Amino acid sequence: MIPEIGHYALVLALLLAVAQSVMPLVGAARRDVAWMETGRMAAFAQLAAITISFAALMQAHVVSDFSVLNVVNNSHSAKPMLYKVSGVWGNHEGSMLLWVFMLALFGAAVAGFGRNIPPTLKARVLGVQGLIGVGFLLFILVTSNPFARIYPAPIDGNDLNPLLQDPGLAFHPPFLYLGYVGFSVAFSFAVGALIEGRVDPAWGRWVRPWTLVAWASLTMGIAMGSWWAYYELGWGGWWFWDPVENASLMPWLAGTALLHSAIVVEKRDALKTWTILLAILTFSLSLLGTFLVRSGVLTSVHAFAVDPQRGVAVLGLLILATGGGLLLFALRAHVLKIGGLFSPVSREGALVLNNLLLSVSAAVVLIGTLMPLLLDAFGHKISVGAPYFNFITPFLTIPLVMVMALGPFMPWKRADLGGILSRLWGVALLTLVSVMLALWLAGVKPVMALVGIAMAGWAGFGAVWEVADRVKLFRVPLADSLSRARGLPLGAWGTAVAHGGMGIAIAGMVGTTFWLAEDVRVMKLGDKALIAGYEVTLDKVEDLRVANYQTEMGHFSVRRDGDLISTLTAERRWYPVAKMQTTEAAIHTTFYSDLYLVLGEENPGGGGWVVRLYHHPLVPWIWIGSLVMVLGGCLSLSDRRLRVGVPARRAAPVSPALQPAE
Amino acid sequence: MSAVTRHRLLLLLPLAVFLILGGYFALGLTKDPSKLPSMLIDKPAPTFALPGLSEGEKGLSNADLTGKVQLVNVFASWCAPCRVEHPLLMRLAKEDGVTIHAINYKDKPEAAKAFLDQMGNPFTAIGADKDGRVAIDFGVYGVPETYVIDRQGRVRYRHVGPLMPFDVDETILPMIRELSK
Repeated sequence: MIPEIGHYALVLALLLAVAQSVMPLVGAARRDVAWMETGRMAAFAQLAAITISFAALMQAHVVSDFSVLNVVNNSHSAKPMLYKVSGVWGNHEGSMLLWVFMLALFGAAVAGFGRNIPPTLKARVLGVQGLIGVGFLLFILVTSNPFARIYPAPIDGNDLNPLLQDPGLAFHPPFLYLGYVGFSVAFSFAVGALIEGRVDPAWGRWVRPWTLVAWASLTMGIAMGSWWAYYELGWGGWWFWDPVENASLMPWLAGTALLHSAIVVEKRDALKTWTILLAILTFSLSLLGTFLVRSGVLTSVHAFAVDPQRGVAVLGLLILATGGGLLLFALRAHVLKIGGLFSPVSREGALVLNNLLLSVSAAVVLIGTLMPLLLDAFGHKISVGAPYFNFITPFLTIPLVMVMALGPFMPWKRADLGGILSRLWGVALLTLVSVMLALWLAGVKPVMALVGIAMAGWAGFGAVWEVADRVKLFRVPLADSLSRARGLPLGAWGTAVAHGGMGIAIAGMVGTTFWLAEDVRVMKLGDKALIAGYEVTLDKVEDLRVANYQTEMGHFSVRRDGDLISTLTAERRWYPVAKMQTTEAAIHTTFYSDLYLVLGEENPGGGGWVVRLYHHPLVPWIWIGSLVMVLGGCLSLSDRRLRVGVPARRAAPVSPALQPAE
Repeated sequence: MSAVTRHRLLLLLPLAVFLILGGYFALGLTKDPSKLPSMLIDKPAPTFALPGLSEGEKGLSNADLTGKVQLVNVFASWCAPCRVEHPLLMRLAKEDGVTIHAINYKDKPEAAKAFLDQMGNPFTAIGADKDGRVAIDFGVYGVPETYVIDRQGRVRYRHVGPLMPFDVDETILPMIRELSK
């Protein structure tokens, strides 16, 4: 009964989405307030209907209702509760339901919070959101019904892919989707503005908070995914250039570019046409990403057309959304007035360079991911993999990081590059010190590692220096600096924190890529192994049966200079229902490095176990840096000028001289 | 051409690029990539001789592909789906007694060894295809890929992407049994 309610609620949501798309669009064209107002109500009602539907599917999973096909295919009664819940979105149908749920959430949020947006623009934004909703709800109802029943109901289910049964991955998809779907708002704003024929600084201000929410969530989602790969796949790799990962990286790159170009629209009334295009493309890449991930089989471009019916539907949605957006762009973008002029060396110039580099990066990833598919149409066969990406990444990242540290120091309109560079002497010095430190600790080879550390230092210290410069640290009394720091808008803090986080993350990537130490050996009970100054002893190996798997647990003790610093447990798990094996690595982390142990197979010959030992320098910084970036996004989001609908409560900041240019 | 027309034509560019891309997608959809017929189906496997993963270790050449029905698996340590299908290859080798040869694609030998040490080694012999040259001859589309080779060394079936239990039980194993008769 409950699954049927869920199904009907979904049909109702489709009808409401139709209302949400038609009425406000027509209303806005006719300037009919009542019709436009309907869009808001429909957005709330659609959210309510999809919430009911989502809750119904959740209920089926939680109580293990095996008369529902989706539950049979993706759950098992012995599965821990956390994974019964996360199993709801751990499959194609459920994840699509989560997708529309979030779409409705954003739609209702625009309807609820966007009080200061002009009524016609708001109606059009809601209408476009509604149209996207119609497409996806139709897609779910026609090709991917999560509530399909099975008769007779089997005794138990097929279990969720054991690799996905992991706390880190349980909440990875919701964040990722929050990011993907969040960019739909930017898309709707872009399409709405094209219909209106007007983009002004206020538009930039309205679209920015939504883009920030999406960007921060996507950053979080990608970080969680890579963290999961790091500890679950069993050798400490954190990025594979897999099509699925690339699928989330592309909208991130485009979204990061959008975030920056929207600033130029807001502050300088320039780059409008480009920003609109970027908003359309970012969401298109999100759509592409969603489907590369969620097209049936696990992980690769190959899965794109596993189910031809779904493949065609996917293509149809992509063409309608992207093609429609771009067609409108081609027809209407010329009415947007060209805004403020600026010299190439200026804050605007730096942001344009940022946009160029980020878009080229997104294009490079896109080409690398889809090239096998594209060339196949010609009958050529080529393979692109990690080597291609590893080769090309430094060429784009190095200039990007150089500009990233410089940009915030540049004034709008026109900057004096020489003057700025001479102000950055401290950053250069600190960067040099960190390179010397790396040289002293790790030696001159590989040289790329030193280049990488220089980049990380330049980015990280550049961000710190910028704040120091703004609050005039050590140039005025400390108390003055503190009050200046308090007066600094949160948006400025957000920029510095996010840029600093990038520096930290780069240091982590460089550290683990170039300075990894590894060892593999057969260890018997009581054997000792030495790695990076740690002495690791295999104490005990035991077999256990837990919940829905069997496990072989290796207990290790870790000593440094004879002192016991940690005891670790590495596991090899066997999931009988899914017939799959997974490894659970044991990780001892200090702030600046990880000791990573993996229990391998039992040695068939002379007893003992194959044990792999890794030392990953700086690896935790990848995720610390990502979290810092998310924090930067949140700070920027709470800047009061972006707080949608909330009138300014505080008086003007302390003194006009303190108010920075952004 | 006036500046205004040029500007407006420029605005058309994104749409044009997208339509071309969309066309490719549509073309791609008409083919089921997981069943992409190898150009080699029912033809002898390409001639090749690859060195082993390390000095002195046995490599793989097309001479090894005759005499016995077998699988050739193309893998790389940097490929996540390879990790996913690996336990299945272990099962095929150990429980079903299938001979599996491997082509290690664009990989560092140490990384490939580490991968096998950790996940187990189901392969009778491994050829290191460092520059991917042999993979091109096979028409490899992306890693992992798996080929079924008959006694005469002819390619009989090609599977693109990670093997799933379903593929093995419904397609690969019945085919091997049929060919072994």
